[in-house]
Amino acid sequence: MSAATVAAPAKARPARTRGPGLSLGFGVSTLWLGLIVLLPLAAVVVRSLDASFWTVVTSRQAVSSLVFTLWISIAVAAINAVMGTLLAWVLVRDRFPGRRLVDLLIDLPFALPTIVAGLTLVAVYPDVRFTKWAVLLALLFVTLPFVVRAVQPVLLALDRDVEEAAASLGARPRTTFRRVILPALMPAILSGAALAFARAVGEFGSVVLISGNIPFETQVASVYVFKRLESDDPAGAAAIAVVLLGISVLVLLVLRLIQTWGRR
Amino acid sequence: MIRRLALLPLLAVALVAAACGGASDENEAAGATSGAGHSANALSLVAYSTPQVVYDEIIPDFRATAEGKGIDFKTSFGASGDQSRAVEAGLKADVVSFSVEPDMERLVEAGLVEPTWRENQHKGLVTTSVVSFIVRKGNPKNIKTWDDLLKPGVEVITPNPFTSGAAKWNVLGAYNYGGLDYVRELFIEHVKVQPKSGREALQDFVSGQGDVLLSYEYEATTAQKKGEELDYVIPDDTVRIDITFATTKDAPKEAQVFADYVLSEPAQQRFADWGYRPVNKAVLNKNKSKFPTPRKLAGIERFGGWEKVNDELFDPDTGSIAKIEEELGVPMES
Amino acid sequence: MRHVLRLTAIGYLLTLLVVPVAVVVYRALEPGPAEVWASVTTPAAISAFWLTLIVTAIAVPLNAIFGVLTALVIERSRSRGRRLLDVILDLPFAVSPVVIGLALVLVYGRDGWLGWLPVQVLFSLPAIVLATVFVSIPFVAREVAPVLREIGDDAEQAAATLGANRWQTFRRITLPAIRWGLATGVVLSTARALGEFGAVSVVSGKVAGDTMTLTLLVEQRFQNFDLAGAYAASALLAVIAVAVLLLMTLMQRRAEA
Repeated sequence: MSAATVAAPAKARPARTRGPGLSLGFGVSTLWLGLIVLLPLAAVVVRSLDASFWTVVTSRQAVSSLVFTLWISIAVAAINAVMGTLLAWVLVRDRFPGRRLVDLLIDLPFALPTIVAGLTLVAVYPDVRFTKWAVLLALLFVTLPFVVRAVQPVLLALDRDVEEAAASLGARPRTTFRRVILPALMPAILSGAALAFARAVGEFGSVVLISGNIPFETQVASVYVFKRLESDDPAGAAAIAVVLLGISVLVLLVLRLIQTWGRR
Repeated sequence: MIRRLALLPLLAVALVAAACGGASDENEAAGATSGAGHSANALSLVAYSTPQVVYDEIIPDFRATAEGKGIDFKTSFGASGDQSRAVEAGLKADVVSFSVEPDMERLVEAGLVEPTWRENQHKGLVTTSVVSFIVRKGNPKNIKTWDDLLKPGVEVITPNPFTSGAAKWNVLGAYNYGGLDYVRELFIEHVKVQPKSGREALQDFVSGQGDVLLSYEYEATTAQKKGEELDYVIPDDTVRIDITFATTKDAPKEAQVFADYVLSEPAQQRFADWGYRPVNKAVLNKNKSKFPTPRKLAGIERFGGWEKVNDELFDPDTGSIAKIEEELGVPMES
Repeated sequence: MRHVLRLTAIGYLLTLLVVPVAVVVYRALEPGPAEVWASVTTPAAISAFWLTLIVTAIAVPLNAIFGVLTALVIERSRSRGRRLLDVILDLPFAVSPVVIGLALVLVYGRDGWLGWLPVQVLFSLPAIVLATVFVSIPFVAREVAPVLREIGDDAEQAAATLGANRWQTFRRITLPAIRWGLATGVVLSTARALGEFGAVSVVSGKVAGDTMTLTLLVEQRFQNFDLAGAYAASALLAVIAVAVLLLMTLMQRRAEA
């Protein structure tokens, strides 16, 4: 009997006993999301059909910017998954002077308008300007809070009993982490990573300022969409946006699947 | 806790009430009050971003005159393309001004501006400018002509013509001088980055990027007036930039009064003070020393008009400039 | 080991967060306190401040309420559609502000699907709120859902068998348990709402004194060579964000006491 099985008491059982009562809740949530999110997105999809969809979407700049955006967003999500968990761990389980201050500051990347984010980053790190590192840096900055804030509440709510049990059974801290804590945090980590990925994919304001938008090098998809719009081709812009959205949905679905699969 | 959260919407309502009662002045510059912005008499000015500093002076001037007394203003400034699209989408506008003609034509097509907007004595323009080179103070690299831009090691900044319609003028300037071959060499060898907009390009330049910035004459003079240390050069052979200006179809008659004022001497002098070339001939003459005439000056007519130019050069898929941009890129890795 | 972790974490934070934010604060305060004060109290700044607060005060509670609801549906209900909800929830994020602007124009613009509505949506408060909600929708749900999952529903089931109705169970069992997640979600949502620029930029119309938010003001000041003013306004945004976080933490402490 491994520590992992010990760590999975009734908590792992899906809690689905309030089904009937929440169908109203389901309806309301759906209506809300539908109105705010789906309706506008549907409009974009419909608009994109006005374009010579395939031509626009397979143009060299479109493909290059889409591919670049995807890879760098995945990288950002991955880096955040690791560093975010680390940060959450240190913030929750460790004590050092200034911890509270740091905790306070973590959300700041959000509250700052993206232009400021971009500008300050190049002010501090001028050498990355107009390189792919600039894009990475900007994206890491604006996605900093996601995994941290996703993991923190779960870490705080975590029941220490199991960890202590494992320790008393002779497990080293590393093993305890790997088999007891990490599985419990995984949903939150993946959740935060998904958010980070999504944000990175859509980021515009900070990246457009410091990346130089060099076609085929540092141009992200959102900038290319803007180019299309400015060139009086809203349908083409919509088309690329739709493709980007579709691919994002796929990645998000994959993340969800990993989560479910990991739970078995 | 949820109780406290529920209080927030109530707080919001309270804030709205407070804000409506409070001052809603718009201009950052010397107290140009418009009163509570709910008067039916408010004129909406929607314009591209750079002349904000000038209108911040013109509007108070106007309100001090007899015709302008009591007219309130709502102003909105932003990138030319963005503003034009906003008006098309329903942003209320009585007076509009854009830095490229297609942004005005978009509104004509949407039925918001009369097709006759350009049939006044100034051809629908409010000011003009010329494509210029902005250089470091003292012009250390001694850049005077378009050929100088091609000298080895010279780094040129110009905003991307596909993210900024206004940047197309710069490219036209280059194209006018040496055709596609010149543009190709310029972009491939000398233009390393293309910022999103004119102002961003200027900020990049000011923060140390590049040796030369392709821009408008008035960008340089405005920057200088705001304390930036730079010089500018007007090449011998350059392109005239036309700034469009019109009132909308459903605008109240005060809009035309304002428009007339903007084209009259005092307002045009304000423009001249900031470096914009006035279309009012008398004012232009008075300020001749500020605005040297380049030996060769081409207008958009020379290229057959904007529709032709946009089709041939700037179409994002088939335009010649787009193709040059493609050549810029390294082959994609998969 | 602990020290390695700590150092790595702090190092990462320093490079990525502390130094840049310090730069903003420094640049904002550089001209001196009097100038900074003048900069954030111009009529334009004041009206932008209020507008930003109003938008946030409307958007965040909406996000909180619907976020908790959505999290409950995802983690506690039997509906098959909840997986779909789960994916849709993250979507808004992946949409770049340019596209959000385009989308809202397509729906609420003059020629848009809902353009015939008598209410002025675009280029006024409703559109700004819509855009802000759009970009901050996932936060509360995403913070609360994992906590709901982690704590399981044993206590809730127990309460039900003891005769508590759903609202009682929610208020006395669930809500206290998800407190941290909810608070974090609210703070994130607030920070995001404060800092939203791109989408709002397209749909607000940027009418001075009417629909200029603080972020739009920052951009405008950059445009007009007023760098110090731009940084001052940014610092103001940061201050508001920190204030909200402090407020939340205080409310947490008192709830715990």
